[in-house]
Amino acid sequence: MELNEEEKAMRAGELGPARQWAIEHQIQVGGYLGARDLVPVTQAHVMADTESLGEAGVAWLERWAELPWADRRVRVPTITDPRGTDFGAATRLKQEAWMVDRERRTTAAFEALGVLMTNTCINYQTIMPPVFGEHVAYGDTGVVIYCNSVHGARSNFEGGPSALAAGLTGRTPRYGYHLDERRRPTLRINVAWTPRDLNDWGALGGLVGRCAGDYWQVPVLVGLERGPNSDELKHFGAAAASFGSLALFHMAGITPEARRLDDLGDVRNLPTYDIGESDIRAFQRGYGAEADAVDLVVFSAPQLSILEMQRLAELLKGRTTRRPLLAVTSPQVKPDADRMGLTAIIEQAGGTVLSGMCFYQSYAREMAEANGWRRLATNSAKLVNIIGGYGYRPVLLSMAECVDAACTGRIRHG
Amino acid sequence: MADRVFYARAAIGPAVRGTALVAKDGFSARYDLDRLKGVFSRPEHKLAGESYVGRILVLNVAKGGVATAWMLYEMAARRMAPAALVLNAVNPIMVQGAALAGMTLISGFDRDITDAIPHGALVEIDPTSDRPSIRLV
Repeated sequence: MELNEEEKAMRAGELGPARQWAIEHQIQVGGYLGARDLVPVTQAHVMADTESLGEAGVAWLERWAELPWADRRVRVPTITDPRGTDFGAATRLKQEAWMVDRERRTTAAFEALGVLMTNTCINYQTIMPPVFGEHVAYGDTGVVIYCNSVHGARSNFEGGPSALAAGLTGRTPRYGYHLDERRRPTLRINVAWTPRDLNDWGALGGLVGRCAGDYWQVPVLVGLERGPNSDELKHFGAAAASFGSLALFHMAGITPEARRLDDLGDVRNLPTYDIGESDIRAFQRGYGAEADAVDLVVFSAPQLSILEMQRLAELLKGRTTRRPLLAVTSPQVKPDADRMGLTAIIEQAGGTVLSGMCFYQSYAREMAEANGWRRLATNSAKLVNIIGGYGYRPVLLSMAECVDAACTGRIRHG
Repeated sequence: MADRVFYARAAIGPAVRGTALVAKDGFSARYDLDRLKGVFSRPEHKLAGESYVGRILVLNVAKGGVATAWMLYEMAARRMAPAALVLNAVNPIMVQGAALAGMTLISGFDRDITDAIPHGALVEIDPTSDRPSIRLV
């Protein structure tokens, strides 16, 4: 790999052991994936919940945090994905003290490195969205696919260690979606029915992910009757990334690299798939069609925007839940929801508003065992794809159907 | 003997030898595993219920999110990790995770590696040569 003088100095350890590890890691990863050099990045976003890190990962971070400030501080703005708890709600969730302790240690280590604890997977809605063509090093697949596709930014999936490496070096290996040639479509999706609810957009994303199949595929969607809003794109992208490991999509006439279908070159001979309403309904029936009762309702993955919080409050106003209802949002949205009275409406109905965490990143298996949760209803296609491995039996419903399920304990399939 | 050696486009980690667990499913440490028990836990996965500890996993493609990058390291630290990952196609997360964990990873074959390696076969992986390979022993 070609390195400039500064990069050679990092590799030689002249800028400290943390940067030396970081650039060696990047050279190893970039070498595997065909990078010829490193590209400067302007931001990094680190996923690092402690259920993933375990004791070994937390201790690994703490070793870097003990270095002198000049050796340990990140070189570009570096922010974080959701944590594994909402510190104010850990007891209610029946999370154990050791889980909270690991989260506190991890937070302290990141702060010592100069990382900003934003604790969000919707930074593109709340913190600082990247601009067209901006090279970044983002973790969280939903963040990457949204920013690549909707903003025209350039990032690969950067797992926690690699995102931290990018923060420490200020660059990342130039492969994959940093390159023009990788951003061209490889398959075409003809969409015959435009989704309505967020869980419809998630289902479409899941189907597109299944059609595409792996990280290196780039679908272009043709036929949508209207441009989706940010929350709809958020659910679509999160599901496409989850089911297909996809990092980029185009929507003809909507996303910035596909203002016109011709902008993408000749797409006539690409492998083509047709998706209609019946496919989306079948996808949704694949998650809990036989279920008639729920133990828990979760709105999470991704964290809720202020508009989703408003919609949820409207649906819950004047009602009472019979099952736990968890609404997970970001630390940036939560104060607005408090100030606007949305949190109060949700919690007066019996729901719980959580901030700065993500349900599946928060010791979901242990929470299930401690609370007796098994049948989980959600409007997140991403969450139903993940949570089965943690012992849950997920049901994919609309937000309104989820609220009905929380208030009655029963499921009425639409 | 050509049909007993399969060459790959890329690999990292040390040479290993072990028993192959083979399926046409994808792989994600978060989505598919109970990492405390060391078994595949996703009910829909073909290997559901099977222990992966010390085994060489031969699977189709890397799936899911970014957590695997941390999880491989954590599993290796507790000695509850697979011996190696063999995939038709990787995503960056698998490479990043294997690099941090010091785990063997090999991918990119001229044929579907899940068809080429029988379930339960004893295999050797050589990631260090100019032409990385997996060999049926």
